[in-house]
Amino acid sequence: MKYSLNVNGKTQTVDVPDRMPLLWVLRDALNLKGTKYGCGVAQCGACTVLIDGQATRSCVTPVSAVGTKKVTTIESLPSDGSHPLQKAWMDLDVPQCGYCQAGQLMSASALLTSTPRPTDAQIDAAMSGNVCRCGTYLRIKAAIKQAASSGRG
Amino acid sequence: MHDTMTTKKVGRRTFLQVSAVAGGGLVIGLAAPRIGAQGAQGGRAGGPGSAASLDPSVYITVNPNNTFTIVAKNPETGQGIKTALPQIIADEFDVDWSQVSIRQADLDPKYGGQTEGGSRAIPSNYQNMRLVGAGGRLLMLNAAAAQWGVPVSELTTGSGTVKHASSNRTATYASLAARALTEPAPDRATIEAALKNPRDFKIIGKRIHGVDNLGIVTGKAVFSIDHAPAGTLFAVFEKCPVFGGVAVSANLDEIKKLPGVKHAFVIEAAGKGNNSLASGVAIVADSWWLANDARRSLKVTWNEGPTASESTAGYLEQCKDMAARIAATPPAAPPQGGASIGNVEDAFKAAAKIVEAEYYFPLLSHAPLEPQNSTAHVHDGRLEIWSPSQIPSLQHPALGSGLPPQNITMHLVRAGGGFGRRLVSEYDIEVARIAKQVTDERTAAGLPSVPVKLLWTREDDMAHDQYRPAGAHYFKAGLDAAGKLIAYRDFVGSTNSVVPANEFPRGFVDNVLVTAEQVKPFSVPTGALRAPPTNGVSFVIQGFLDEVAIAAGQDPIQYRLDLLNSPKGAGAAGGFNPARARGVLEAVRDMSGWNTRRRSLPKGTGLGAAFQYAHAGYVAYVVELTVDAKKAVSVKRAWCAVDIGRQIVNPSQSENLVHGGFIEAMSHSMNWEVTIEGGRVMQTNFHQYQPTRMSQAPTEIQVRFLETDFDPTGLGEPSLPPAVPAIVNAIFAANGERIRSLPLAKHGYRWA
Repeated sequence: MKYSLNVNGKTQTVDVPDRMPLLWVLRDALNLKGTKYGCGVAQCGACTVLIDGQATRSCVTPVSAVGTKKVTTIESLPSDGSHPLQKAWMDLDVPQCGYCQAGQLMSASALLTSTPRPTDAQIDAAMSGNVCRCGTYLRIKAAIKQAASSGRG
Repeated sequence: MHDTMTTKKVGRRTFLQVSAVAGGGLVIGLAAPRIGAQGAQGGRAGGPGSAASLDPSVYITVNPNNTFTIVAKNPETGQGIKTALPQIIADEFDVDWSQVSIRQADLDPKYGGQTEGGSRAIPSNYQNMRLVGAGGRLLMLNAAAAQWGVPVSELTTGSGTVKHASSNRTATYASLAARALTEPAPDRATIEAALKNPRDFKIIGKRIHGVDNLGIVTGKAVFSIDHAPAGTLFAVFEKCPVFGGVAVSANLDEIKKLPGVKHAFVIEAAGKGNNSLASGVAIVADSWWLANDARRSLKVTWNEGPTASESTAGYLEQCKDMAARIAATPPAAPPQGGASIGNVEDAFKAAAKIVEAEYYFPLLSHAPLEPQNSTAHVHDGRLEIWSPSQIPSLQHPALGSGLPPQNITMHLVRAGGGFGRRLVSEYDIEVARIAKQVTDERTAAGLPSVPVKLLWTREDDMAHDQYRPAGAHYFKAGLDAAGKLIAYRDFVGSTNSVVPANEFPRGFVDNVLVTAEQVKPFSVPTGALRAPPTNGVSFVIQGFLDEVAIAAGQDPIQYRLDLLNSPKGAGAAGGFNPARARGVLEAVRDMSGWNTRRRSLPKGTGLGAAFQYAHAGYVAYVVELTVDAKKAVSVKRAWCAVDIGRQIVNPSQSENLVHGGFIEAMSHSMNWEVTIEGGRVMQTNFHQYQPTRMSQAPTEIQVRFLETDFDPTGLGEPSLPPAVPAIVNAIFAANGERIRSLPLAKHGYRWA
């Protein structure tokens, strides 16, 4: 099946099976490999992207369900790392292995768009679908707060 | 030492290797045999430091614009070593970190050991990386001295330049590179004498940001899973869910007709042990999803073999039988793998109080977030492989492909977590086997060879791990009237776990009996999970000692300190230093305000403590948590004191590793358990193997590094083990329930 997808503001056409999850369309058809595979069952959040601004597990989202909605991936963030979340992530040295961090950043980005000054409880609620196996949660939370307080979340 | 500018390598006995590179640069490296501190790696013929090793047999490249490319020799799995080892070189070389870029090494004997495991990267490499940097700095000093006709003693370095203050002359390292090649290289003793005084470190000991941070936050960092050159085919490998089971036949013709599927074949088992090739069915397709989707139609006839009769329930029953048998007939002599000191039976008879308890820790899966994968390309009788292995070895792709190791090139690719899982590299064997057959089949069909990427599903990863062993401990302690521990007995029945010979409190009690037996048959592959074996042993021993302290009516930290203050003979030896253990316990008591805080806690709140000697490091935790009436646990905060010697190379990464050790310990404590039924793993994905999540993490993990005058060592592993008993001991303090087997979820607990 041919699909026209709006990914990071660009319309791209792919010819893939309709059951193929968006994750694999992004990674293997569009060569956008920042979005990661971790579990395939929406348990770990490594595959998180935004669909019309909502944090979504792309590993369980068939391409046929995306339609004309806007898909936003980690590659949409500035390549110089100048987004407040990216800056905070680097400043606080959040990553260990780094594998989950694209998903973490997308969830954090959705959170700050809807809730520019989140409380700890709001951060926990927004981020608990994203596993960090290395255990960088304290720094992720601190980085979200730092980005929020920079005023441009 | 060579005396002309040439790209020929210098004599192989020379300690420092210096070579020119195109464009006027200079490359510097230690002769590889001297840096083989991590032990030889399997693989390429010729051995370490072969004479032709000019090209990447080096650590520093002086670029013409006076920037410096430094090689990171070890695999990076998130422990920060790609940043830490170059930090050491750069500091001694006396350049600014902003002048440095990093290049990840391929696997090559010229780098000596290139492994990630055992928290050995810092202790094995710290001194050598300093020597590389200091030797490079001496070369620059010698070149400037010769060029200016002044003694080296009048020269200083800084920011990649040499200065002569009295004549106000300055030269960049790049401008000195050509001259440096013509000067004699310093010998090892001279370099050692030129090492910086640690108080002059500018990069070592600083919070240097991870070198791949920008790549990670932009999604551009290449992990092993991401490496797939144009034209790559994608593979899945279906193995028998029962360990050791064999694929007898499969509906391959049907599978080959499915969309995108290019190859499907049965693979026979090969090799022995963990790094062996299992029998199974490979499916290779245009995209990974299509290959994996084809598995829904795959029908395999398996010969499950004898392991199908094994189960964790069976293992545990055997452990109990062993303990009962040993209790009935105590060994007369020190048992193998155990210890017999004094006479515990007599001491038990004389004791004023006896404490007995049975402890158990389960099998665990590593569950790194990036499932196992590897990429291989067989062409022209050669194999190129891109591997996330922690112990990269050419032997594995050689076994899989049948090609000799010297025909194999291995690239090290960033891994999405290791935790010990990637110490075993059977995926490298598998992908080599699959890639070989794909190339053979394509060649027969007149098609060019292509790379093949093998990716396991999460379910594959959980079903085919090298699991943390399980162990049951049957303890008995005798206390005298003052509460002092006078007899300590631990009957260990395990799958294949061991108690280290220097494991506290052995060596601090007059009468000790430790036995170790293993269940048979036990056919589940096991391996090292972060901090083996203390990741399980710490829970049982530090938990039991907590019980003993409380039975004695004493403060649990003070009780441990008192024991540590009374070593008994040779048992205290074996690398365990009680003064360092006391140091971290006293520090964490102080940090947490243990003495006052314990007295003022509200009902349902508890403080727990534990310490552990693991992988040459000493770590103690105090944990504060609450438990409500429905057993919902909320970890409020943790304090952690760490003694890993005199130098923390990167405090930011090190704190992060402590956070990670604690968060992982929370997973071990609450939810993680692998169970075996019918010879197979019952857990399939994270919904049955829940890792700690952000909402469950404490608000604060306070870390203090004690700087003691011991050689620096690693931190990835020591940060984990004592966190588990500290949590369990805090639960007892909060609600009075003593947890003796993990995970807590089996006792009705959950995170709040």
